Amino acid sequence: MTAAAPAPKANLGQPVPRYDAAAKVMGRATYASDMPLDNPAYAFLVTSAIAKGRIDRFELDDAKRVRGVIDIVTHENAPKLKESKLFSNGGYAGTTIQPLKSAEIAHDGQIIAVVVAESYEAAREAANRVKVSYSAAAPSATFDSPGTTAAAAKGQNSQFKEDPKVGDFAKAFDAAEVKLSVSYETPTQHHNPMELFTTSCAWMGDNLVIYEGSQYVYGLKNGVAEQLGIDADKVRVVNPYVGGGFGSRGSMTPRTAIIAAIAKRLNRPIKLVPTRDQGFTIATYRAETRHEIRLGASRDGRLVALRHEGAEVSSRPDAYCVGGTKTTTRLYACPNVDSLVSIVRADRNTPGFMRSPPEVPYLFALESALDELAVKLNMDPVELRRINDATRDPIDGKPYTSRSLMACFDEAAKAFGWSQRSPQPKSMSDGDWLIGYGCAATCYPTQMAPSAARVRLQRDGRTRVEIAGHEIGTGAYTVIAQTAAERLGVPLEKVAVFMGDSDLPPAPVAGGSNSTASTCSAVMMVCDQIRQRLFKALMPNDSLADKAKETVGISPAPSTQAAKGDRSLDIEKAFDALGVGVVEEYGEWKPEGAPLDSFRAMHNGQVRLVGGHQMKDQIAYAFGAEFVEVRVNRFTHEIRCPRLVGAFAAGRIMNPRTARSQLMGGLIWGMSSALLEATEIDERNARYVNDNLADYLVPVNADVPGVEVIMLSEQDDHINPVGAKGLGELANVGTNAAICNAIYHATGQRIRKLPVRLENIEL
Amino acid sequence: MRPFSYQRASDPDMAVQALGAAAAANDPLTKAAAQPLAGGTTLIDLMKLDVMRPTAIVDISPLAQAWSAIAPGGDGLRLGALAKMSDVAAHAEIQRSYPVIADSLKLAASAQLRNMATLGGNVMQRTRCNYFRDVSYENCNKRNPGSGCAAMDGVNRMHAVLGTSDQCIATYPGDFAQALIALDAMVEVTGKAGTRSMPFAQLHKRPGSTPDIETALQPGELISAFSIQGRWPRSVYLKARDRQSYEFALSSAAIALDIQDGTIRDARVALGGVATVPWRAREAEALLKGQKFDDGLPQRVADAAFADARGRRHNSFKIALGKRVVARALQQAVTMEI
Ligand SMILES: Cc1cc2nc3c(=O)[nH]c(=O)nc-3n(C[C@H](O)[C@H](O)[C@H](O)COP(=O)(O)OP(=O)(O)OC[C@H]3O[C@@H](n4cnc5c(N)ncnc54)[C@H](O)[C@@H]3O)c2cc1C
Ligand code: SF4
Repeated sequence: MTAAAPAPKANLGQPVPRYDAAAKVMGRATYASDMPLDNPAYAFLVTSAIAKGRIDRFELDDAKRVRGVIDIVTHENAPKLKESKLFSNGGYAGTTIQPLKSAEIAHDGQIIAVVVAESYEAAREAANRVKVSYSAAAPSATFDSPGTTAAAAKGQNSQFKEDPKVGDFAKAFDAAEVKLSVSYETPTQHHNPMELFTTSCAWMGDNLVIYEGSQYVYGLKNGVAEQLGIDADKVRVVNPYVGGGFGSRGSMTPRTAIIAAIAKRLNRPIKLVPTRDQGFTIATYRAETRHEIRLGASRDGRLVALRHEGAEVSSRPDAYCVGGTKTTTRLYACPNVDSLVSIVRADRNTPGFMRSPPEVPYLFALESALDELAVKLNMDPVELRRINDATRDPIDGKPYTSRSLMACFDEAAKAFGWSQRSPQPKSMSDGDWLIGYGCAATCYPTQMAPSAARVRLQRDGRTRVEIAGHEIGTGAYTVIAQTAAERLGVPLEKVAVFMGDSDLPPAPVAGGSNSTASTCSAVMMVCDQIRQRLFKALMPNDSLADKAKETVGISPAPSTQAAKGDRSLDIEKAFDALGVGVVEEYGEWKPEGAPLDSFRAMHNGQVRLVGGHQMKDQIAYAFGAEFVEVRVNRFTHEIRCPRLVGAFAAGRIMNPRTARSQLMGGLIWGMSSALLEATEIDERNARYVNDNLADYLVPVNADVPGVEVIMLSEQDDHINPVGAKGLGELANVGTNAAICNAIYHATGQRIRKLPVRLENIEL
Repeated sequence: MRPFSYQRASDPDMAVQALGAAAAANDPLTKAAAQPLAGGTTLIDLMKLDVMRPTAIVDISPLAQAWSAIAPGGDGLRLGALAKMSDVAAHAEIQRSYPVIADSLKLAASAQLRNMATLGGNVMQRTRCNYFRDVSYENCNKRNPGSGCAAMDGVNRMHAVLGTSDQCIATYPGDFAQALIALDAMVEVTGKAGTRSMPFAQLHKRPGSTPDIETALQPGELISAFSIQGRWPRSVYLKARDRQSYEFALSSAAIALDIQDGTIRDARVALGGVATVPWRAREAEALLKGQKFDDGLPQRVADAAFADARGRRHNSFKIALGKRVVARALQQAVTMEI
């Protein structure tokens, strides 16, 4: 066993290598834009240079003269598309701003023309030669810009149902012995997955195939069909591998239906490869947020009052918001809680999911404030969290299905060497560097959604699993293959998994960290259907009610682990008894508490996530604790982070190797988010300025000398049949606060606005 | 990117001819129709961004045989313009006798870029001003003379505080040039009329009212070599930046000292990341020459170096930062073991 493949502890699966490792390392994995097309034309986008106003005129002569240009599509000659509603309003779209519909411009970098040519180079050259005259209006860029409007989220965003509250915050805060009242800010961020926002569309008669990196092939298929006004069964989305998603490919962007419609008109496949900077404006992003936190505590550290007010930027037409108060009001035991989320509308594209959408900004605020409170109380920040650890949701009173927060703190503290910390700020140093230690809690709701799967077993054990899940780099192929192998009792090498294709049985969006729990639960259930058939063939007279329950593991909870206590099944004998060559089963699984329309919605590409605080009698979250060492240079004030240590508990860990990779990536991204990442907005014109990977900074290897991931054993029999809590979005949550808390410890300076840069440090 | 012709230079004459032939009268070098291609790490980027639109590319990499010497000698150093950044940075004698050069190269860009990039291309690299590099912004005096400057009141954290004009505040982004200017390097230029030499300090032009004119080179001229007198073992390059590697300087200092019996006989101070051109802080040097080191000296020198600095909305921090970087680099140069 190695660091990359940790030895399994209790309730940790085998750290088998990635199913797709060899294909990826050898360059055999075909991403959407690698898919061969028959005689394709190439599209290049022209995007707007203003954020608000109108297009007066295009001058296209120069562009059309470029050899190889086939067509230039603008709002004046674009195919007409039907509207798609926002995903949260029963539609599929990540934005309702539909480009090429009119001369109106609603945000910077909006698609205003598509150049189609015989080659990528010709399309790009012609796009460069397109001249556009605008009548520009003064746009509102962000918070505080003139012309923005603000209103409570509740009532305008159908997914934001309630501002959580309990008790009497005002009275309790007034009477509190120790009070804290502070504000925080987080910046605009962009996902920048390695794979660009490409799309290839090919028609065969009335049938459309779309090759596009997507985190939700069923959503995209249905959404594009709706926009084109065709039957969804005529659309197929294919992407066996996705080059990173991070939420950016969760909902449909406007580019796809446009390219599909142009391909139809030209009667030729079209391949679009947008540029990196276009990726900043043709897809979604994490909007900037502001927070007001008020904490009241007794002198011994018990929270008596907590208020979290958040404000988020969204576009003019769409009330997107992440509303992380659902988590921050429930993390700690506190009898008097109040919260409010509001949305500020500006002339921007609609923001969208980005890895741990609600938790990243909102927990940064809460976990920083807790550290500030610990300082006020002169208390170890770990102890403050211990005193306020909750066993029940403070808002609704429901118990946590399992909660290992303090166990994580203790393990991580030990591994990190927290006891070596001298609590006084500015008290630790090494040569030119001031040293700070900081920590924070991290958490993410445990979510599940309905999923289907088809499994086919052959007499020799060869198994084929079909499910329209998504390999966004998380290890989905691997854990699905492991689940099927374990459940059917066949060797892992005999399992083939097919995903990323909307012709396969539907799986939910690869978002909200629900994939492993949902898809593996479905696969497990369908494997059990197969076992059941085989069992019946072998023991036709036994009633399934007695023996079968223990021997084939078809009972639901609480046997959350594969075939606990099962007898192994003699597959060959069962096949002989059945007299068939292949056994194939299809099944649809849904989590407890899923709404009535779940399966219909699943086929229509609409997700019905359940879990987190929305379970009926319980509340389910994964937890972790993160410790960081920060170094601040006395002279240059450069901030570096030599050590990140995280301990996490997330129910059953299906594969410690792929899980560790997720958690490690999360810690690194969290550090990046705290110290480096921000999309700069030119407020005069509401445009992004650093829209490229040289200026939108992410860490390089030299920035990440040490990361340690600890996975705790945790068994949770209340969440889903596999017993897994999603962890893809768990690790990048707490890091932001942990870093700022460490900077405070190093310098005595509290920084409440991300990212922290050297100019924010005063020594 | 737009179509262009591509020629490989067979020898310096041919390169100079080819570059000169395509040049229209009055074109500044930055707009010349023909551009030399060395490692391509600046030029190809800018062509893809549609910022530079040459119609002819003359690949000068075949001249590497003649032009890539790394030749430290008894009386000084000669570096060919086509020497690779990585080769020079890794050269043991450069590390020993010219640490400021080795470090300025080693701390620049990434390993991959340093393997491609040449010294000549490096000093000729162009600003990273986002408004310059994004042609969808009309207002850029450097790209579109007379159109205004979007950075002046825009996002200007990375911009210059020294050597600016009311036309342009773009930072000269490179690192190596600070080492060259500090060490009084000469630059050898090969053109139609043969080879001429000039102080490296005269190569780059402040923006003034013509930010599109960046250097003293004319179309058809190539840098063939750099040369430096003497050895400078007591020299350092200190670079402050947002991340630990692969990032331009927010502020840097190239310092070279000649200390004999506790007296600073000669001192060189150059600044990077803060000025529109490679910047020599002569006022600061004057405070050092002939002095003995005292604890207050670094601060006085740093103050002098930034006496004329002017910050704008997001970059004012560079003044305080730059001073601390100079002061620290000076302390390091004084205390370094040679
Ligand atoms: C992401 C990134 C990060 C970087 N970070 C840094 C950094 O931290 N520090 C730093 O110093 N640099 C940095 N660079 C810049 C890099 O060092 C330069 O791009 C490189 O040195 C240019 O050399 P080249 O040979 O590739 O030049 P080319 O791109 O070939 O040429 C650059 C320019 O010089 C001209 N030219 C080339 N050779 C000659 C010659 N002999 N005579 C006259 N003109 C010539 C070309 O026509 C062109 O206009 C970075 C670059 C990138 C892309
Ligand atoms: S600073 Fe110079 S390069 Fe940047 S926008 Fe202004 S004129 Fe252009």
